[in-house]
Amino acid sequence: MTAIPRDRAIQLPRGHDLAEVQAPSPPEIMRRRARSHVGFIIGSTVVLLTFFVAIFAPMLTQYDPFAQDLTKRLIPPVWETKGSWEHIFGTDGLGRDYLTRLMFGARISLLVGFGAAAMAGLIGTTLGLIGGYFGGKVDAVVMYLVNVKLALPGVLVALSLISVIGGSVWVVVLVLGLLFWDRYVVVTRAVTQQIRTADYVTAAEAVGASRFRIIVGEILPNVLNHIIVIASLEMAVAILVEAALSFLGLGIRPPTPSWGLMVSEGRNFMFFQPYLVAIPGAAIFLLVISINMLGDGIRDITAPEGRN
Amino acid sequence: MSRFLLHRGAIALLVAITVSIIGFSLLRMSGDLAQVLAGDNAKPEQIAATAHLYGLDKPIWQQYLDWAGAALSGDLGRSLFSNEPVARMIAERIGVTIQLSLMSLIFAVVLAVPLGVLAATKPNSWLDRTALGISVFGQAIPNFWFGLILIIVFGVTLRWLPISGSDTIRHFILPTVTLGVAVMPAIMRLTRTGMLDALDSDYIRMARAKGLAPVSVLFKHALRNAILPVVSLTAVSLGFLLGGSVIVESVFALNGIGFLAFQSILRTDFPVVQSIVVFVSFAYILLTLLSDLINAYLDPRIRLG
Repeated sequence: MTAIPRDRAIQLPRGHDLAEVQAPSPPEIMRRRARSHVGFIIGSTVVLLTFFVAIFAPMLTQYDPFAQDLTKRLIPPVWETKGSWEHIFGTDGLGRDYLTRLMFGARISLLVGFGAAAMAGLIGTTLGLIGGYFGGKVDAVVMYLVNVKLALPGVLVALSLISVIGGSVWVVVLVLGLLFWDRYVVVTRAVTQQIRTADYVTAAEAVGASRFRIIVGEILPNVLNHIIVIASLEMAVAILVEAALSFLGLGIRPPTPSWGLMVSEGRNFMFFQPYLVAIPGAAIFLLVISINMLGDGIRDITAPEGRN
Repeated sequence: MSRFLLHRGAIALLVAITVSIIGFSLLRMSGDLAQVLAGDNAKPEQIAATAHLYGLDKPIWQQYLDWAGAALSGDLGRSLFSNEPVARMIAERIGVTIQLSLMSLIFAVVLAVPLGVLAATKPNSWLDRTALGISVFGQAIPNFWFGLILIIVFGVTLRWLPISGSDTIRHFILPTVTLGVAVMPAIMRLTRTGMLDALDSDYIRMARAKGLAPVSVLFKHALRNAILPVVSLTAVSLGFLLGGSVIVESVFALNGIGFLAFQSILRTDFPVVQSIVVFVSFAYILLTLLSDLINAYLDPRIRLG
């Protein structure tokens, strides 16, 4: 006897007899799972909130993220004795409102996260589909590329490339996109290998569909939910690496408010004004952990029944 | 077995050659390296002289072959900044990086493996959730920031530990924790999944039915099978740590090859940068090859499959 998974169990609404009750449809199951998945709820709330703040930053604050005011340097945040509600998170070493810079910094993190994850996804998924579908020599070449990519020290390569090309947001997106496609390949390739012999793929081959059409029309849709999960992971990684690169001074250039750069600038004052380091770092941590929770949530929600 | 060895070795060699070409070209992608080296205000003759001095006027493939040929005999060139031989610079600093990597790895394994085993014995218990929570935490926390927070708390506020330099073992404690926390989640998750699978298998049910002590079942029977992928992950992590310590070494001013690479990138000291990139890649390739071989030795399905 196998137990009926809880989300598949038929619950009788009050006042109905059995004949009217039907098993829930797959979208209904997913909705139910989503509503009871704490990580998914917290993660998606924080991510959506960050999006909101990033988009509407200019309307949410009266300050300019670049405007320096040396008479207002290093005002502590509101919870310290000398703080005030005028500058909730205080000001930095150049007298810029810290909360404002934090809100504008969300734009950089999200842009880099999405841009890099999308670009890496495009490269990695393409390679994974091709390798998994064709197999043989083609697959050997794909795996060789993955091995080369894995052998290269990512952060060092990113630092070198950005140091010679220059550190704009788009360069960072490009470099990170070029560096983090391996996980997409591994997952897409494995799934493709599994479904390449499925009946519907064989059927499509039998009626003479082109390879391109089979890969894009039959296989890709079945890989998509795996790709979304990887994308959320890679987005989190890209945000972390961008912050690290900017922290080291070889990512986003000042005065652009990147969270990693803010930590780096706050480092000079960290012994007396630790909040300058603590606040932007906590923002990175919160966003990354939320994206990871969201990704794990999507994985759990879209997983075939009964899997945890 | 020898066919397997040959196959793996050939791929590793091919990857190593490719990586050396990429490492070699990294800092050359700016287009005109001679211009960068000669400075912004250099006259054309000065740029030409600089190019000639460093052999940059030769065709790029010729430069690569010269460099690779010399590198094979142990000559990695000289630093443009200090004129020291690059091989000696790396040799002087590699000890710090290896020590940091090994200490972090030990820290991570000692924490992650028992935690993963315990989490797997009671899935969905508070223990499992705590373990998962720790791994989520370790995955999301920015490395450099965690390092700074440790410095503020343990170095400045509590004054327990030194915050920069690499003179004594005490200097390595904070960097070890910083780096260890970053590699721990993967090891813990893999141990947990492996143990879950193992505990669900027939031979464990058999061992339990025989009436073996639970501890013996857990560690002698289940863990032995679950640990295989963890061993290869550990080898791969070591390769990753050697290259990934650049951030932590910079935060704590540890004088390892990561810090050296970072400083050299800032100075466009390309002989040093390309040597370190290639060196770290080779270390990674060798370590993964080694872990493949260990796996094949331990698991006949791999070497014969």
